[in-house]
Amino acid sequence: MENKDVILRAQNVNVKFDLRGKMLHAIRGIDLEIYKGEVLAIVGESGSGKSVFTKTFMGLLDANGKITDGTIDYFGKDDGTPLRLSDLKKEKDWLKVRGHEVAMIMQDPMTSLNPLKTVGDQIYEAVVLHQGLRGKEAKAKAVEYLRDVGIQEPERRYKQYPHEFSGGMRQRVVIAIALACSPKILICDEPTTALDVTIQAQILNLLKEMRVKYNLTIVLITHDLGVVANVADRVAVMYAGDIVEIGTAEEVYYDPRHPYTWALLSSMPQVGVKGEDLFNIHGTPPNLFQPIQGDAFAPRNPNALKIDFVKRPPYFEASPTHKAKTWLMDPRAPKVDPPAVVEKLRKGGL
Amino acid sequence: MADTTQKEVLLDVKNLEITYGSGKKKYTAVKNASFQIYKGETFGLVGESGSGKTTIGRAIMRILPTSGGEIIYKGEKINGKISKTLDKKVVQEIQMIFQDPQASLNERAKVSYIVSEGLMNVRKDLSAAQREEKARQALLDVGLLPEFASRFPHEFSGGQRQRIGIARALIVEPEFIIADEPISALDMSIRAQVLNLLRKLQKERGITYMFIAHDLSVMQYISDRIAVIHKGDIVELAAADELIEHAMHPYTRSLISAIPMPDPIRERGKKLLTYDPNMHDYSVEKPQWRELRPEHYVLCSESEAAAWSKLYE
Repeated sequence: MENKDVILRAQNVNVKFDLRGKMLHAIRGIDLEIYKGEVLAIVGESGSGKSVFTKTFMGLLDANGKITDGTIDYFGKDDGTPLRLSDLKKEKDWLKVRGHEVAMIMQDPMTSLNPLKTVGDQIYEAVVLHQGLRGKEAKAKAVEYLRDVGIQEPERRYKQYPHEFSGGMRQRVVIAIALACSPKILICDEPTTALDVTIQAQILNLLKEMRVKYNLTIVLITHDLGVVANVADRVAVMYAGDIVEIGTAEEVYYDPRHPYTWALLSSMPQVGVKGEDLFNIHGTPPNLFQPIQGDAFAPRNPNALKIDFVKRPPYFEASPTHKAKTWLMDPRAPKVDPPAVVEKLRKGGL
Repeated sequence: MADTTQKEVLLDVKNLEITYGSGKKKYTAVKNASFQIYKGETFGLVGESGSGKTTIGRAIMRILPTSGGEIIYKGEKINGKISKTLDKKVVQEIQMIFQDPQASLNERAKVSYIVSEGLMNVRKDLSAAQREEKARQALLDVGLLPEFASRFPHEFSGGQRQRIGIARALIVEPEFIIADEPISALDMSIRAQVLNLLRKLQKERGITYMFIAHDLSVMQYISDRIAVIHKGDIVELAAADELIEHAMHPYTRSLISAIPMPDPIRERGKKLLTYDPNMHDYSVEKPQWRELRPEHYVLCSESEAAAWSKLYE
């Protein structure tokens, strides 16, 4: 990235949920800068907090969850004034952010569309609300969005209902609605998980095109490292409510540093050797109801050092754009070689 | 791994046709599907949603009626009307693992009941205590603790639930397991655990698998042979590596081009192939099942066969 304007900065963000008196520490001190115009992929397993973290950008946490510590600042407003998202309390204030500054696309297009309204009306609605257009003008704009997201015969399709569209087409409609809000940041939460592989690739390509056309910053949430290699400029790997590694796509795929990233890459069937077992990450993610001592991944890490169980690692820098939270990068740590898969990926010999 | 020199056909599907509905609303989900599954191998069936892959699996399980063709298991026809004894044998020997471990376990039953329920049908000689003992053993076999038997499904994670589903299939000692997208609902780190478990069970017990999925990347790793199905037609069938390296049918080639790889530089340069079924002109020449390379079958017309055969020369 040549352009390093920060559009959103999260500092030491902590989120806790109150579940019948027990506190669940979902986000454990995340520091993150999102740059204007980039595609940032946030990769993590279910329960790692990837969705919860991005929901804090839009004030969409469930009623029992709140930001207990840290700040989130947004710098994308048209007049250039910074906005502290973590201080917003009232719905009225959030309504100015949602859609117009930050918009979100969910996993299942059928649940985010209204089945009783034509898709055209749903896009029209967003155009009227966020762009201040009316009548014919707004309708023409809505049709244009439909055409932009690759829907054939947009005038005819405008009058159809969501059930008349296939899964991939529905997701395109959802993207059109999000674009009609003219957001600066588009958060896509597992946008392709419910879709077939061929459609999945098409939707990712569409997002790439839309980023250029509408000057978007895209945050792509996924549980699958394979899916985002194509579109991501940077990749952040989340584990147990924290970003344990972040870097450019090349750095994270070809020179990963955190043992969790190693494990994820090695366990993919794409890199598996036929007739041999896949790399197996033993155990399950930690229980976030209890305080975590040291490195959260240590109990599942076969190469864990003693200090991993005692002290939480800070970020160590591998390059100005690449850092990871693992004691293995401490100069005093013993040298542990990354698994064979990583070496294979680096050489492109898959 | 199947030994290719000595192949014993376990399941033979011949010209299978399956329709839903009747009269004007009739819809043919599977047209004229034929394939054989050899004993001890893993047979992969790949296709997008709506292609009919699950329908075929369910027809083999005798959950769905067939409208044409034959399903032959160990030399005996098992679709349509069959004798009670054969029905019982099929129920015991063919088991299924489902996609969604949240939906496929009875929320209100204890794990011991879920796992051992099948025994009540096929092993009436066992007492309750013996069934319980077998359930504990089955849990142990899939890497869970026998103590879990007294718990309820909601207490388990997705990967553990999928293991319970596998234990339930194993307990009746099946010879053939149909796994319908068994890992697509699971997290990355859990996927590897479940795939390794399925492989281990195959090695120990010689179980034959039919693996149904929409994702070729998983298939290439786990399957010995792969059949690609599109809109109810099987369009290509070959050994897994042969299919990936020498794909001929344009639909298969589009699926392969869409496999996501954890390799950003190559991914950015990759070209997606799109498949348009209208590219085939079958008005004059009807497509036929042809062997274009050794053990590599493609559904194509004569002129297509000539053109596609040249792809890898």
